[in-house]
Amino acid sequence: MKKLSILLIAAGLFATLSFVNDGGIDTGKKMPTVMIKDMEGHDINTAEVSNDGNPIVISFWATWCKPCRLELNTIMDDYDDLVEETGVKLVAVSIDDERNKHKVEPTVNAAGWDYDIWLDPNGDLKRALGVNNVPQTFLLNGEGSIVWTHSGFSPGDEEELYDEIRKISK
Amino acid sequence: MKKLLSSLVLFLPFCSIAQNQIFDRANVTGNMETTIQYLNDDSTIGAFAPEQKAVMNSYLNVNYSLGKFRTGVRFESYLPSIAGYPAFYSGTGIGYRFAEYSGEKIQVTMGNFFEQFGSGLIFRSYEERALGLDNAMDGARIRFSPIKGMQLKGVYGRQRFNFDDGKVILSEGVVRGFDGDVNLNDLIPSFSDSKLKVSLGGSFVSKYESANNDTLIIPKNVGSYGGRLSLRYSKFYINGEYIHKENDPSAQNNYIYNSGHGILINMGYSKKGLGILLSAKSIDNLSYRSQRDVIGNQLFINYLPALSNQHTYNLAGTLYPYASQPNGEVAYQLDFLYKIPKKTKIGGKYGTDLHLNVSVVTAPVQHTSNMNFNVDRIAYEGRPFDGSDSLYNFDLNFHVSRKFNKKFKASAHYFHFVFNNEVNTVTKKASGYITSDIGVIDMQYKINRKHALRMEIQGLFTKQDRGNWATALLEYTISPGWFVAVMDQWNYGNSTVKDRLHYLLGSFGYTHNSSRFMFTFGKQREGIFCIGGVCRPVPATNGLTFTFTTTF
Repeated sequence: MKKLSILLIAAGLFATLSFVNDGGIDTGKKMPTVMIKDMEGHDINTAEVSNDGNPIVISFWATWCKPCRLELNTIMDDYDDLVEETGVKLVAVSIDDERNKHKVEPTVNAAGWDYDIWLDPNGDLKRALGVNNVPQTFLLNGEGSIVWTHSGFSPGDEEELYDEIRKISK
Repeated sequence: MKKLLSSLVLFLPFCSIAQNQIFDRANVTGNMETTIQYLNDDSTIGAFAPEQKAVMNSYLNVNYSLGKFRTGVRFESYLPSIAGYPAFYSGTGIGYRFAEYSGEKIQVTMGNFFEQFGSGLIFRSYEERALGLDNAMDGARIRFSPIKGMQLKGVYGRQRFNFDDGKVILSEGVVRGFDGDVNLNDLIPSFSDSKLKVSLGGSFVSKYESANNDTLIIPKNVGSYGGRLSLRYSKFYINGEYIHKENDPSAQNNYIYNSGHGILINMGYSKKGLGILLSAKSIDNLSYRSQRDVIGNQLFINYLPALSNQHTYNLAGTLYPYASQPNGEVAYQLDFLYKIPKKTKIGGKYGTDLHLNVSVVTAPVQHTSNMNFNVDRIAYEGRPFDGSDSLYNFDLNFHVSRKFNKKFKASAHYFHFVFNNEVNTVTKKASGYITSDIGVIDMQYKINRKHALRMEIQGLFTKQDRGNWATALLEYTISPGWFVAVMDQWNYGNSTVKDRLHYLLGSFGYTHNSSRFMFTFGKQREGIFCIGGVCRPVPATNGLTFTFTTTF
């Protein structure tokens, strides 16, 4: 048991020190292969997400999560300009389970979001990417590598995301 | 075995560093979460500190993938578990491990896995860590996609029950299941551009548990099956699932030999600026577990979502929350979302968002005429959507939110609950129905590019239980890192004057990219903590809580 605890701590420290991505660095980490669905029920292989070599934002959210909706509403205000400037695409991954999954489409439409929407009702992609809590946002560069991630949302955080997108857009 | 796995985990990250240079697709991902509490006694609010004074929950997930191969492990540690967390979690050990291969058309997983068939009414293994829920399967899974638009899944295993002194204890029963899912638009090329979208699916799940009962002949194998259909035409959609369960005597249903059913139907229409959703649910005798003597939240094979809004404002979410009744309920829910267009007189410059939600849950009628309970132990007959006028829960809530200018946003919220304390007992201070009204005002002011201030004022008004409550919250954030907040909950309407207590709670924290730490200190009142319609009571606490999370 003692050994295991030491092992646990060692693994934790090692993993934290080695893999906390400090932003803007291409670690070569890609999207994992997870099969989920979009709102129309089509299968999505998450590893195959692409945007013609332009950046992609993967944002985890839920209908009941206020900061998540605030983040996606805030980005929506600047989205058209941002797409024009950087070619970015945002994929909003809803982790709503069966209780709230059917509220995703009315919520997205009523809010007027122009994002791609994926449904992850059993948390398969959330787990594969190591998301603890929503909101959490990942930025993928044109090669599909995860170059930046941020958890939580406070007003002003969007500016940091825009800066990171601009850094990697061609 | 454990040693082998542990060394594998330590070894893999090194591999990935080496492999990163060679293969493009070697990945290590994962996360860590640690919660440490230092607790004090506080007899005024009924908070008790354990002997150890300090308690801890910790988790570390590591996933490694290389090409088509993926493996992962989760360490977890409860020394002992934090206040209010299920006491059957103790010690340090490996709580989850798996290996997986994903080919073009086939994916195989061995070890632990989470999975859901359809809406989950028949089968869902999942994790809700905050509640202490984890019914992960331990066994094997195969997913097969022979052609585009068709997916077949098979699962076989036992479920996680407890985590005792660092070791996972599994269910006594074994769960086997098969599910098929077809999307006709993807399957039939000539149908792919049709405005009509059709998908359908079917599932079969069976559990086996040995039985040794002197008085009853208990079925050792219990089957459950059902189908689902989803149709969508332009902006309209309707989907539903029907599940039938064979007779399944258990502690939950008092060992009756009734069969059970579950039906979920969703109908919606939505276009830009508007969303309407009508949901209906009928459940009878649908507690389906991998061990028949277990009650509470553990070892469910299936998932029964609550058909009501998930409230997140403190007073609306934690005092009188509704939870699903596995023995039976009939429920209806309506959601209406509308955005008053921007640049209009009523909508304002940025538009105004409206959301109305109403849900009503009643007990099902149990027809008892012509029953021979002493012969076949079938206690009653239950029919789909056969609701009685015995109310389980009524919830009406309305939300308005508006952005006034670039700096100021505000929202107002109203809730009306009629809560049945006999069905979902949350308080001993009241019996029967508890009627409450709640109002919330939430305001946010962005001071400049990085600084923002948020304030919540909440009031709960009821003549029953502990009377009226008021809550105020003030939060200051400095993007992208810092946040500090103070919240006070005041039970000013308690009929016992000495119980008109304040619960003052402060917190601050820092976020660096995907790592975050937070300190919370002060008093937290007892309440009910719910996610997805599953709830667990949380005791009153007084002390300091440290939380650290990171994703890597």
